[in-house]
Amino acid sequence: MTVRSRRVLRGTAVAGVLALGLAACSSGETGSGEAAQDAEAALEEGGEITVWAWDPTLESVAADFEAENPNITVNLENVGTGNDQYTALQNAIAAGDGVPDVAQIEFYALPQFAISEALADLTPYGADQLEGTFTPGPWGAVQQEGAVNALPTDSGPMALFYNARVFDEHGIEVPTTWDEYVEAARQLHEADPDAYLTNDVGDAGFTTSLIWQAGGRPYQVDGTDVTVDFTDAGTQQFTSTWQTMLDEELVAPVGSWSDEWYQGLSDGSIASLVIGAWMRGNLESSVPGASGDWAVAPMPRWESGQDVTAENGGSSLAIPAASENADLAWAFLEYATVGDGVATRVAEGAFPATVAELEDPAFREQEFEYFGGQAVNEVLAESAAQVGEGWQYLPFQVYANSIFNDTVGQAYVSGTTLTEGLATWQEQSVAYGNDQGFTVDQ
Amino acid sequence: MFIGPFMLVFALVFLAPIAYSLYLSVFRTQMVGGTTFVGLDNYARALQDPQFWEGLSRVSLFLVVQVPIMLGIALLVALAIDSGRLYGKSFFRISIFMPYAVPAVVASLMWGFMYGTRFGLVGNINDTFGITLPNPLSPDLVLASIANIVTWEFVGYNMLIFYAALRVVPHSLYEAAEIDGASQWQVVRSIKIPAIRGALVIATIFSIIGSFQLFNEPSILQSLAPNAITTSFTPNLYAYSLSFSGQQYNYSATVAIIMGLITMVIAYVVQLRGMRKEA
Repeated sequence: MTVRSRRVLRGTAVAGVLALGLAACSSGETGSGEAAQDAEAALEEGGEITVWAWDPTLESVAADFEAENPNITVNLENVGTGNDQYTALQNAIAAGDGVPDVAQIEFYALPQFAISEALADLTPYGADQLEGTFTPGPWGAVQQEGAVNALPTDSGPMALFYNARVFDEHGIEVPTTWDEYVEAARQLHEADPDAYLTNDVGDAGFTTSLIWQAGGRPYQVDGTDVTVDFTDAGTQQFTSTWQTMLDEELVAPVGSWSDEWYQGLSDGSIASLVIGAWMRGNLESSVPGASGDWAVAPMPRWESGQDVTAENGGSSLAIPAASENADLAWAFLEYATVGDGVATRVAEGAFPATVAELEDPAFREQEFEYFGGQAVNEVLAESAAQVGEGWQYLPFQVYANSIFNDTVGQAYVSGTTLTEGLATWQEQSVAYGNDQGFTVDQ
Repeated sequence: MFIGPFMLVFALVFLAPIAYSLYLSVFRTQMVGGTTFVGLDNYARALQDPQFWEGLSRVSLFLVVQVPIMLGIALLVALAIDSGRLYGKSFFRISIFMPYAVPAVVASLMWGFMYGTRFGLVGNINDTFGITLPNPLSPDLVLASIANIVTWEFVGYNMLIFYAALRVVPHSLYEAAEIDGASQWQVVRSIKIPAIRGALVIATIFSIIGSFQLFNEPSILQSLAPNAITTSFTPNLYAYSLSFSGQQYNYSATVAIIMGLITMVIAYVVQLRGMRKEA
């Protein structure tokens, strides 16, 4: 999924200071100290760095960083969202020219850049000591085989965003399990044939996240040995439920991020979304008309009483290995992900990936007017702590996601079933992986 | 000596890209393992690639259905305007030519909105008349919907080619026909159409090339109908997806070269046939 949303996070000032302190203490003793010292020297010396990102909250962060370090210029460039930027980055890296110093990369795309050694390992700067700073989901996503490839900027623990006005109007109870969710979808569509409980036209990010929550682990990656298996129990649990939604035409055939989608979210004809926590800020800014209608509940469970959620989206900042200003880039990256930049970004609506922020009472108890005064972050932060462990993305997930609609998407427009679609997706992903030199098994 | 500068520009602008594509197409770059020389492996793979052939047969179907319809309409309009029996002929000429001035991307977006079954024109018609029109963006109809857009865009362009050719037919021929008592239909069949055969052949060749290169319209509509328009919907779209999402630059270059060759061969055959009849 290409998330065209503002998602952000901030690290805590405490963590930032702590990290600096650790780095400073170890100076002269370890490699990490030297690199961190280089970064400090680079800060003093000044210079220019180029940052490729589409996250709008980084604008204030870059401005603040420049104000604090007057001899540094940060060129923040938006070269496209998600896949568009990865293409540009991939091309720049291949050409060895015009490579940015810092790049925003979503979690699902990180392994693809890491495997080709396109990203600088941040361990020498002391990034490995930030383990407890971030929640486990995002932290697991940015490190691979002992290297830290990026630092998380935001995370997307999933929750149920629902239009309480529509739910009340039709007397629908907030579903706590997926079975109840299907039942609620029937109830709503029957009461109002123009309204749907949710929309879906085939979205790789959504599908993999639901499989993730159901306990499926279709991707197993160990270096260049990869296994793809969409037949495990978790996947089957997802397909049987979601197939019902498709068969009974209970999902609106509207693509996410389209104008129709925003219209549906605004007028109540799309009455709920199970989506990443960053949707909070996105609703506030992009669906102003529905202010007061929406509320947030925990993500529906596969078995009642189970406390497992999943992540949906989430971004990080990385330093391409070809950057010529890596030291300066680290200074900015640290400022934005664990330093003062975090507070700026949360204030602008980002959802953090840092533990201290998520546990901060001021953050959790904040009441949102848009959500009728609900302390939304309480629900979202709880979800962040319940994310299922051990999920891995393919080292060629960007490509795999690009053919999702060719394969699984057919289940939305023809007689193909989700299971068949996933089998084709698996087959084509395996073929591509083997073709690219990985050892891929089914 | 004077040909030097021309040859230099020619080599740089025309030969270099082709040479580079040929060079790319005999290598294979992997994420793991780097770049290796593979000879003609990419070509062998393309010839056995069902996705490539599916795309090719799709544009071929498009070619045999859409091009005759489009050229037929263009010819009819050109003859009607040329006949001089139409009131406000410059108004018609301009209005029919206008869509050609609309960029293909804008045209596709515009039609994409109209095709929408919820908030688009199709949706409005459904609501107003209480009927359910088939969804123009469903997998079965999407190719016809694209053909409709392309026809709308290019009827005016082809009409202008035909009309320009008709304007240079000597008037003495019409006068002679009138003296002989020929009907309008006979004039059209025996004078006008033979006189513009060259223009017909040219327009056909342009349309063949255009069909095989079908890209803008499906690429724009893809975001509205991601499941109906796959990443290998047309060979051009396939080459694009291979290169940009899959980083298979080498294979993408191979697909592009094969498509170029096929287009050249078919265009050449049409030209030969067209010329032979003329002789």
